[in-house]
Amino acid sequence: MLAKLRPALIITRREIRDQFRDWRILLPILVLTLFFPGLMNFTAREAVAFVERYGAPIIGDRLIPFLLMVVGFFPISVSLVIALESFVGEKERRSIEPLLSTPLTDLQLYLGKLLAVMLPPLIASYLGIIVYLIGVYRQVGWQPDPVLLIQVVALTTVQSLLMVSGAVVISSQATSARAANLLASFIIIPTAMLLVGESMIMFWARYAVLWWAIFGQALIAGLLVRTGIAYFNREELLGREIDVLNLGWGWRVFWDAFRHRRASLGEWLRAEPWYALRLAALPFVLVLGAFAVGAWIGVQQAQVFILPPGALDLNNLQERLVNLQFFTLDAVPAVWLHNLRTVILATLLGVFSFGVMGLIVLLLPFGLIGYFTVTAARAGIPPSLFLAGFVLPHGIVEIPAIGLAGAAILRLGATLATPASGRSMGEALLTALADWARVFVLWVIPLFLIAAVLEVYLTPAIALRLLQP
Amino acid sequence: MIRAEGLSKQFGDFLAVDGVNLRLGAGEVLALLGPNGAGKTTTVRMLTSVLRPSRGWARVAGYDVRRQPDRVRAVVGVLTENHGLYNRMPAGEYLDFFGELYGLDRKRRRQRREELLAQFGLAEAARQRIGEFSKGMRQKLALARALMHDPPVLLLDEPTSAMDPESARLVRNAIKALRSAERAIIICTHNLVEAEELADQIAIIRRGRIVAQGTPSELKRQMLGPGEYEIRFAALLNGRLKSLPKNVTLTAQGEDWIRFRSATPERDHPDVLRYLLEQDLPVVELREVPRSLEQVYLEVVSSAEGAISDVG
Repeated sequence: MLAKLRPALIITRREIRDQFRDWRILLPILVLTLFFPGLMNFTAREAVAFVERYGAPIIGDRLIPFLLMVVGFFPISVSLVIALESFVGEKERRSIEPLLSTPLTDLQLYLGKLLAVMLPPLIASYLGIIVYLIGVYRQVGWQPDPVLLIQVVALTTVQSLLMVSGAVVISSQATSARAANLLASFIIIPTAMLLVGESMIMFWARYAVLWWAIFGQALIAGLLVRTGIAYFNREELLGREIDVLNLGWGWRVFWDAFRHRRASLGEWLRAEPWYALRLAALPFVLVLGAFAVGAWIGVQQAQVFILPPGALDLNNLQERLVNLQFFTLDAVPAVWLHNLRTVILATLLGVFSFGVMGLIVLLLPFGLIGYFTVTAARAGIPPSLFLAGFVLPHGIVEIPAIGLAGAAILRLGATLATPASGRSMGEALLTALADWARVFVLWVIPLFLIAAVLEVYLTPAIALRLLQP
Repeated sequence: MIRAEGLSKQFGDFLAVDGVNLRLGAGEVLALLGPNGAGKTTTVRMLTSVLRPSRGWARVAGYDVRRQPDRVRAVVGVLTENHGLYNRMPAGEYLDFFGELYGLDRKRRRQRREELLAQFGLAEAARQRIGEFSKGMRQKLALARALMHDPPVLLLDEPTSAMDPESARLVRNAIKALRSAERAIIICTHNLVEAEELADQIAIIRRGRIVAQGTPSELKRQMLGPGEYEIRFAALLNGRLKSLPKNVTLTAQGEDWIRFRSATPERDHPDVLRYLLEQDLPVVELREVPRSLEQVYLEVVSSAEGAISDVG
C-alpha cells in the first residue's frame, strides 16, 4: 500500500515546494497563521473586558471558543484557491501532459494533488490555533476543554478536506480556471452556511452537537473524494479544451434515460412504474430506516424540550381545524404543493451533498412525529390514538411517497459517488436525474395528491372522532 | 518495438484518427508528417496510453496500450508539443522529479541528470529557475526530461522547434545517437528537411488517416514519378541532339544541358551515355536532379480527399 502511495507523495512534495516558492500563496498563509491569531487574541481580550463591565461574562465565555474555530478556519480557506487550480491550472499552463505521460496511475495523481493542496493550509491552521491558544492563555488565562480542542481541530480538518475535495473535483472536471472559479460558489455558499450553523452551535455552547457536524462533513468529504477519484480521467483532462454548454446533448441524454426505450406512452406507463420501483427498492429500505432514526431523535428531543402544560390543547379541535381550512377544496392543492416543494428542496440539497442533506430534510417530519407523539402522551393522549388520529389516515399514502422520493434522492447522490464506466460525470448525473424524475412523475406526484385529499378531508374527520374530548 | 493496427480515436462525432497502421523496429526513426489538426498528436497520445484508442490496437515495447497503460508509459519517453515545464522549479530539480516518478533511484537520477544537462549544454543552468530559460533552453530541457529514464521508445513532438541552428543540430545529433543505440523513435514535425535527414520511414497523416507511408526514396518515386537526371556537356549543343534512346523521356533542354526521366536508371544510363558519345557530344557530368520531401508532402496533402496511397 505504502509503495503504491509513494508516487503520490512525490507529486505532493513537488507541489508543496512549488507553493512555498510562490509568495502569493505564502504571504496569506503566513498572515493568517501569525498575524490573524494575534488580532483574534486582541479581539477576545477587549470583548471579554467590555462585556464583563456590563455583567455579561457569558458572551466572553462563548466568544473565545468561537474565535478558536474562526482562527482554525481562515488559513484553510486558502486551500480552496490552491485546490481550484490544481488540475485546471496545470492544464491551462500546459504542464499537465508530461505528468499524464508518466507511469503514475490516476489514483496516485489524484491523491498526490489532493494532499498537496490540503496539507500546507491545514498545518498553517493548526499553527494558528496554537498561536491563538498561547495568546489567549497569556492575556485572559483561558484554557480550552480538551474535548472542545479536539472537536475544533477535527472540525478544521474535515472542513479543509470538504472544501479541498470539492474544489479538486471541480478542478479536474472544469475546462478552464475561470469556469472552476465560477463553480466554486457551489463550495463557498454551503461552506458559509455551515460556518453560520457552527457559529450558532458555538454561541449556544451545545458542543456535543459539533460531533454531528464533524461526522456529517467527514461523510460528505469522504464521498467527494470517492467521486473525484471515480470520475478522474486523464483522457477527459486532455480531451476537453473549451467550455461548451450543449443543451441539446443534455436534453437527449436525459430524455433517452427517462423514456427508457419505450415505444409509446402506453407502454411506458405500463412498464416504467414497476421498473422505477425495482430501482428504488434498496434505497427505499435504507430511507425507511433513516425515517425510524428521525422519529427516534424526535422522541429523544421530547425529553429535553418540554412544551408547557396546555400547549397541546384539543378543546375546540373542530373549530381550529376549520380555521386552518381543513375540509375545504382549496387546502388540497396547498398541501399537495407544500409536499412537492419540500421534496424538490430536498432534491436540490441532495444533489450537492450526495443525498445526505436531502435526506435530513425528509427526516424532519418524522422527528416531529416522534416529538409530538411523546408530548401528546405526556398530555394524556395514548400514542396509538395520536398516530391513528393525526398521522396514519393520510400517512399510509404520504409516508411511502416520501420514502420513494428519499430513495430517488439517495440514488441520485449515490450515482455521483460511484464510477460510471465510460460515462462522464455530466452523463451520469443526467441519467440519475432522469431516474429521479421517473419516480417523481410516476409515483411521488400522484401519491402526494391522494395524500393531500386524505389529509384535508379524512385525517381531520378521524382525528375529531377519536380525539375530540 | 512499436506496432499499431487500425488504431482509431473518436471524440464524440469527430473521428480524430482513423485506422492508423504503424510498424517500427529498434534503431528506426519514423517521421509523422501532416498539417495541423491531422491527428499526429492524438496518435502519439494513444501510443503513450494517455488516450485510449476507440478501435484498433497498439503494442509499444511489447506492452498493450489499452491493457497495460502504466507499463507503456514507463517505457516511453515523451516530448510533448507544449513543453509543460514548471517555471518556478530549477532545471536540475525538475529532471530529478521526473526521474523519481519513473522510479529511478537517487544515484541513477543524479547520474542521468548530470549526463543530460551536460549533453544539452545546460549544466551551468542546473540551478536556474526554468522560468528564466530561453525558448531553446526550455526545449532542450523538455527533451532531457523525455530521456531521463533512458526509455527504449521515444515519441518526440517537434523536437527542434524554437531552437537556433546550433541547438537544432545538437538535438538532431542526439536523435541520431539514440537511433544508433537501438531506440525506436517517432518524430512529429513540420520540418521536412529534418524529417528527411533523420527518418528511415515517413508517414503522412491527413484528416486522421495515413495517406502515404514508406522510406523517403520510396515516397518520392511513388508520388513524384520516375527520377529526373541532368547531363551537362563540354560544348554547346547547337541543335545536334535530336532524340534520346526510347526508354527515357527528355523533359528539358538548355544550351549545354538536358534533363530526362528514367524509371530504370541502372539500365538506361549506359544506353544514354553510349548514344551521346556516338553523337559526338562530350559529357561532363551526369547527376540526379534533387527532389525534396517537401514536393512529396505537398503532392500528398493537396491530393483528393480520401485518396490513400500506401506504398509502404
